[in-house]
Amino acid sequence: MAVDAEHISRRFGRRWALTDISFQMPRGSVMMVAGPNGSGKSTLFRVLSTVIRADQGRASVAGFDVKTHRDDVRRAVAFLSHYSYLYESLTARENLQVAADHAGLTRDRVMPLLDRVTLAARADHAVSTFSAGMRKRLSFARVLLQDASVVMLDEPYAQLDPDGFALVDDVVRDLKSRGTTVLIATHQIDRAQKLADAALFLDEGRVRR
Amino acid sequence: MIAALRKEMLLQWRTRTQLMAVFVFGATALLLFSFGVGPNSEVLRQFSAGFLWLGLLLSSTLTLAESFHAEMENRALEGLLLLPADPRVLYYGKAIANWIQLTLLGAALVPIMVVLYDAGTSRLFSLLAIIALGAAGLSAPGTLYAAMTAQIRAKQTLLPLLLFPLIVPALLASVKATSLLILGDPMRTLGSWISLLASFDAIYWALCGLLYGRVVEE
Amino acid sequence: MNNRFPRLPYVLLAIGAVLFLFGSWWGLFVAPAEVYMGEVQRIMYVHVPTAWNWMLAVIFTFISAVVFLFTSDYKWDARVEAGLEVSSLLAFLLCCQGSIWAKPTWGVWWDWDPRLTSVAVLLFAFLGIVALRNFVDDAPRRAIWSSVATIIASVDLPIVYFSVKWWNSLHQPQSTPETVSPAFHLPLRVNAFAILFLMTGFIMLRARIASMRLANEVAPPPLVEAGEMA
Repeated sequence: MAVDAEHISRRFGRRWALTDISFQMPRGSVMMVAGPNGSGKSTLFRVLSTVIRADQGRASVAGFDVKTHRDDVRRAVAFLSHYSYLYESLTARENLQVAADHAGLTRDRVMPLLDRVTLAARADHAVSTFSAGMRKRLSFARVLLQDASVVMLDEPYAQLDPDGFALVDDVVRDLKSRGTTVLIATHQIDRAQKLADAALFLDEGRVRR
Repeated sequence: MIAALRKEMLLQWRTRTQLMAVFVFGATALLLFSFGVGPNSEVLRQFSAGFLWLGLLLSSTLTLAESFHAEMENRALEGLLLLPADPRVLYYGKAIANWIQLTLLGAALVPIMVVLYDAGTSRLFSLLAIIALGAAGLSAPGTLYAAMTAQIRAKQTLLPLLLFPLIVPALLASVKATSLLILGDPMRTLGSWISLLASFDAIYWALCGLLYGRVVEE
Repeated sequence: MNNRFPRLPYVLLAIGAVLFLFGSWWGLFVAPAEVYMGEVQRIMYVHVPTAWNWMLAVIFTFISAVVFLFTSDYKWDARVEAGLEVSSLLAFLLCCQGSIWAKPTWGVWWDWDPRLTSVAVLLFAFLGIVALRNFVDDAPRRAIWSSVATIIASVDLPIVYFSVKWWNSLHQPQSTPETVSPAFHLPLRVNAFAILFLMTGFIMLRARIASMRLANEVAPPPLVEAGEMA
């Protein structure tokens, strides 16, 4: 199992954001996670990508426990978050280079990736000049840089135009063909359904049957 | 580690205009100190070291806080930690970058000090060394506390509140050492002050590196 | 804090108060006046015990912070919270006592005595951490951060002491109301224990309050069974 979650629960203060979430994903599968705003999709992704810890339950991603083998999980996972993880004063190219450097990867992947997300023309412009859609594409490129075995995309379609939608679909199909496990949290249920092998519906932090 | 340093230097270079602004702030502070004391050249000269370091200390609250602005606006720091990057490496990268910045700032304020307070020394290399050591003492705990306060509401007030009592030994030693260079060192105590400063630096560079992970991770 | 002996802090406070009255009465009225410094020196009967206990309080807070970082058990965070406030109170009292002694003796309210100056620095440091606690709403983060800050500040204490001692040694002689001959030992010891009991009682009570608040913030509300909507 690429992702195995058992009774994951997480609260913020007195409110339970996730309650008793359990599911499994075989390697290479694509799962869509859907639900209204505030249903806990982002929280779930943050727990699985080890940004935050679960209060109860356990989970393993790519064969590693998220609590005890955090760094191993991080090495295996690439996470597209709500936050762009970008440095405003650096250029697109530099942002990717920084990520590559810190991940121990070579810098020659950077330009091809910028090409892929059609940002090559703006490679040397500061991110502060980018529109929301361009930042999203750049964050996408950052995710692809990491060559992860598990990719988690939190609202990948948000802020993108129709071309961008097509790009996301393309990339997900690509990843799937390479055996990468993909989780997609989204409101675009119709689009994602075409790509996904399975779906998880969340409502108020619980799995909705 | 090189990756971290490279990024820090790049970020600093990109925001170098801010450093200029902080320098002006520091210089203005030095000017205001002299207004506070009065146009008595002898008195000003005697306290010149104190003014220099107070000016640098006040300026440091600006640069230290600023150093985490870029990390927090889009949660870039979290992004790096997820790659995964070792928090200790990130800490030392940031602390070294802040150290260099503070040393440059201190060195830039020296001419201001010389002019305003008629306080100079021929032992420029020693002066630079003291500035570097003092800046290191500010940078180590400063970077840790800046990381903490960048994540909460009252960031501007809390950083100085936490940092200032802590760096008292570094401040005392730096002022004393600088003063000895400017006013003379008849009893040859400079060495002891430098040792004190170096010990403070060693302890805090080690301790803060150890604790940084707990401060930035959940 | 364990509540097996709920009345214990009150008992300690009561004993402490009685001892303090006794010790202070002895020190103020019965013990002979000191030869050189006269009546003013009597403040030592309160000052020295306060100083000893302050040191204990700081060490207690430091150890609680370290233990918390290792165990993540919130009762230690409650102890850090209590320890920070009680140490700050004792530090403040020390500074006041020091000033009261210094004015008639040296003519100034503050004479930069290394010990007292270190106390003042640590007072500000701890107050800063108390302020930090007030600005962080998230309980786990607050606990970790204040433990980290406490450790950093406590480690600094000896360094501050030495640096101020050095700094001051070139200008002034040592000046604290410390000279004690055996005739004075009894009231000193009585008061030391008195303040110890008072302090421990206060720390226990304060930690209890902190624990109760933490229990509200940290202990989870009941998890409704899966299948039921809350």
